[in-house]
Amino acid sequence: MSPQRRDRLLATGAPLLLLALWEAAVRMGLLDARLFPPPSSVAVTLYRLVAGGEVVRHAAVTVLRVLAGFGIGASTGLIGGLLLGAVQPLRAALEPTISALYVIPKVAILPLVMLIFGLGEASKIAIVAIATFFIVIINTTAAVVGVEPIYLEAGRAFGARRTQLFVHVVLPGSLPAIVTGLRLALGTALIVVIAAEFVATQEGIGYFIWHAWNTLRPEELFAGFIVIGGLGMLSYAVIRWVGRRVMPWLEEDRPREGRIDHA
Amino acid sequence: MSPKIVLREVTKVYPARRGPVVALDRISLQVADGEFVCVVGPSGCGKSTLLRILAGLVPPTSGVVQIASGRRGKPLHSLVFQEYAIFPWKTVFQNVVFGLQMRGVPKGERETAARAWIDRVGLRAFADAYPRQLSGGMRQRVGIARAFANDPEVLLMDEPMGALDAQTRLLLMDELLRLWEADRKTVVYITHDIEEALLLGDRVVLMTARPGRAKATFTVPFPRPRGIEVMASPAFARLSYEIWEALRDEAIAAMGDAAAQPPPAAGGAP
Repeated sequence: MSPQRRDRLLATGAPLLLLALWEAAVRMGLLDARLFPPPSSVAVTLYRLVAGGEVVRHAAVTVLRVLAGFGIGASTGLIGGLLLGAVQPLRAALEPTISALYVIPKVAILPLVMLIFGLGEASKIAIVAIATFFIVIINTTAAVVGVEPIYLEAGRAFGARRTQLFVHVVLPGSLPAIVTGLRLALGTALIVVIAAEFVATQEGIGYFIWHAWNTLRPEELFAGFIVIGGLGMLSYAVIRWVGRRVMPWLEEDRPREGRIDHA
Repeated sequence: MSPKIVLREVTKVYPARRGPVVALDRISLQVADGEFVCVVGPSGCGKSTLLRILAGLVPPTSGVVQIASGRRGKPLHSLVFQEYAIFPWKTVFQNVVFGLQMRGVPKGERETAARAWIDRVGLRAFADAYPRQLSGGMRQRVGIARAFANDPEVLLMDEPMGALDAQTRLLLMDELLRLWEADRKTVVYITHDIEEALLLGDRVVLMTARPGRAKATFTVPFPRPRGIEVMASPAFARLSYEIWEALRDEAIAAMGDAAAQPPPAAGGAP
């Protein structure tokens, strides 16, 4: 068996084994079914919720909130980061403030955001946008500043002027780190949207999970976890795909011989 | 005939935390039109700084730098960098065409020129490959093609073979000789390798350890066109040893200097 094949088998086999153990533990009464419903009944519940359209509706609302908030936050963060990275005085003026605001957990300012934007959609989108904005602007600034000086020098030596240098050197040179920032931001956007949906809304996966807890339906609680996990995986895959499309020059990640973990 | 490049009493001082560092100390140099001059010196002697001053990337603290310009609409100089300064996000073709594109050479014309140079360095099959798909030697061929395709009056090369293994280096030097002898541009070539300098250059300028000064100049007598075989001659070995004799003290001084004081960051502070 090739190492890749073995790893694939392990990657699918281990979680399946874990689920089987869980199922068995509940059936033997070792695990409280009111806290940890058996995977089989979670699967049935999830199927019922998906087929009935209920969970799909909630998921769609969450996705739309994330898309709107992420779109606003990422675009402004990107533009801001490129500006900050390229203009040193601007960076000197604003970077300390941005760094200071960045470390405040965004969920903590949710009450303030709800005061400003009300209890409706606007506050959900705003909190996601704020969380996204800070991560993207900080990563983009660092990405631009981190472009290897040798490439800038090469660009200048071959006569690139400011805009040309930006388009041909700075932008592609900082793209990998920018995409990393976008990926982090999208992950955080999901966390923040779920927290925001715990309060003052009747829609969204966050609400669905909260409601399942309120009404003591553990199967639905776990079904909600699976849906949000799926959304997380989907968002990761999208960013990865976009990253490959915009950076065809990057190496695919593949196992390297001689690495300590590569048996 | 008036010289192509004139450096007069050029000094470069970098400010540093522990007081100013003199990278170049009143260095003077003249290069004739079509001459291939190699500058040899121990590491940290300021030879890269010298090249950056010639390229206009770094201003000298004092002194005169002149490069005579004969043709309109052509760039004065192109740089071939140490190691891999070709853009990893551009294909071989996009890298080679870069200088022409920046100068606004019409699309058809610049693409023809770039294709021709890619052919001349033997990378036709790799025109659309990205640098990561190439070996070190191939990458540096791209760097050389990028500079030649730009068709400058002066080629400035900063240890272009520095990162290559010995065999690749020999092959590439042979290739560089062939390319250069075809159109004899004025070249200033920085290296720390004496044999490389003797094989390629018309003249070898020896620099002292920091602060960099011009210590001695050797005229290279071997006829052109030259090839690797010249390295087998006794005269080559003799001259090589003679230069080493002159360089040895500087190399030792540079080692002591490096221990006492870290050199400024690569690329040089502004």
